[in-house]
Amino acid sequence: MAVKKYDAGVKEYRQTYWTPEYTPLDTDILAVFKITPQAGVDREEAAAAVAAESSTGTWTTVWTDLLTDMDYYKGRAYHIEDVPGDDTCFYAFIAYPIDLFEEGSVVNVFTSLVGNVFGFKAVRALRLEDVRFPIAYVKTCGGPPLGIQVERDILNKYGRPLLGCTIKPKLGLSAKNYGRAVYECLRGGLDFTKDDENVNSQPFMRWRQRFDFVMEAVEKAERETGERKGHYLNVTAPTPEEMYKRAEYAKEVGSCIIMHDFITGGFCANTGLANWCRENGMLLHIHRAMHAVLDRNPHHGIHFRVLTKILRLSGGDHLHTGTVVGKLEGDREATLGWIDLLRESFVPENRSRGIFFDQDWGSMPGAFAVASGGIHVWHMPALLNIFGDDAVFQFGGGTLGHPWGNAAGATANRVALEACVQARNEGRPVEKEGKEILIAAAQHSPELKIAMETWKEIKFEFDTVDKLDVVHK
Amino acid sequence: MADYSFKQSPKYETFSYLPQMTPDQVRKQIVYLISKGWNPAVEHTEKEKATSNYWYMWKLPLFGEQSVDAVLAEVEACHREYPDQMIRLVGYDNYAQSQGTAFVVYRGR
Repeated sequence: MAVKKYDAGVKEYRQTYWTPEYTPLDTDILAVFKITPQAGVDREEAAAAVAAESSTGTWTTVWTDLLTDMDYYKGRAYHIEDVPGDDTCFYAFIAYPIDLFEEGSVVNVFTSLVGNVFGFKAVRALRLEDVRFPIAYVKTCGGPPLGIQVERDILNKYGRPLLGCTIKPKLGLSAKNYGRAVYECLRGGLDFTKDDENVNSQPFMRWRQRFDFVMEAVEKAERETGERKGHYLNVTAPTPEEMYKRAEYAKEVGSCIIMHDFITGGFCANTGLANWCRENGMLLHIHRAMHAVLDRNPHHGIHFRVLTKILRLSGGDHLHTGTVVGKLEGDREATLGWIDLLRESFVPENRSRGIFFDQDWGSMPGAFAVASGGIHVWHMPALLNIFGDDAVFQFGGGTLGHPWGNAAGATANRVALEACVQARNEGRPVEKEGKEILIAAAQHSPELKIAMETWKEIKFEFDTVDKLDVVHK
Repeated sequence: MADYSFKQSPKYETFSYLPQMTPDQVRKQIVYLISKGWNPAVEHTEKEKATSNYWYMWKLPLFGEQSVDAVLAEVEACHREYPDQMIRLVGYDNYAQSQGTAFVVYRGR
């Protein structure tokens, strides 16, 4: 056993935390950071500093270091790589021993990984690009309360994506008028309607009245169509106590699904609510308000694929993932990467989709990808091609903005979806032949025909800000 | 716009917002189901019991059946036996432990 002596002062981080000879263990949590160092700080020192500050280290040597086995607990920077097409930064791979973290706590993992280190002066900017959770850690987390397969069985929906709609205007409707809009959407053919994320319990519509009127609408639409329906009752609240109160009431009035905002609400609240949902047989829809603050800047923050992994571990049956084609930001290949991370049981490393590590989810259920934001019937072929069946397409304006009202808008969306699924199953390239498929379907659906005329010219063709890192020089 | 009033009618989940499929269209869906490696199964029910999870099984699922004609023949045999009932085709996905697809072929009378 090597003998260590206390030597006060400041050492270079690399002496302790840069270990290029290290082979990561299967049980290590691995992270890749994109580091933009300050001028004059070399790569190895910057990488070692990030490893230190996100694990056991502090700026100076302390005598109490010698009371523990630092070689067991320290994070290690073990590999450095160029960022394709960008010389200002580089990738640093860091391995953390699993015993640094509390079991089943994304709160604890990310308090370390994206804690103080993000304000550390030696780096100008820092972005957490990907994290590999070992199966040993995955098994300590609850994950999605029910998962894709159970949700399909409960709702009796097979062989196609689901359809939803966020009730608009976002703010200001009374509970009864809001319930009317829900009823019209559901009777017209949607599977779900949704509270907007910022609908919680404001003076214009308190949560209890909303839950009451909405459930009357859901049950009536179910009786009349013979299909199973749901409305994501948003239980996001100022305090956990209030959140659970709303969740209990949602269950009491017979809702099959509730909703939460996992970033503004917090990972702690989200994990608790997911556990409550599992205990009570309720589905959990997850919105991601505030994500773009964290994930949009290519040099600083947390990539959305990491936020996706956090949510899958913390728990949720649906997660908003962007649409690629609608009004909100989302690169196509990168989106395909994180929807795999949300739904599949094993996702191999795939740099062309921005995935740095193999990720084994074991038996943890998957969650539905939710595509929402500025989409309408003309986007249906592309959405089906990108997302496949295990997704929810949410048409807010694209349902409520229909010239004949939202029941007709819902029917238009449902006809368009089913026509595209039928064509795909027949082996037709739906994205390429989308126009012909929709025009043919509109022959027997005046609701679809008028929707296609209404939104013919609406496109959102802006370049993506957060692109995958590829050589572009 | 003034002329439009939404008309409600009962629906039966996947493909129920499209016109009832022609035999050729049904055939293509069976080709897809088999190509996905799913196991075809035929189920039927009285219309008033259609919202139940459990319809009557028409024989056991056709495990491993690769012939589109054989699957279609079972759908037709079921329809001859129960001409007034709803008949659906299920594709059991034993890896996902779910149904890969399920849709109503005959909507009943």
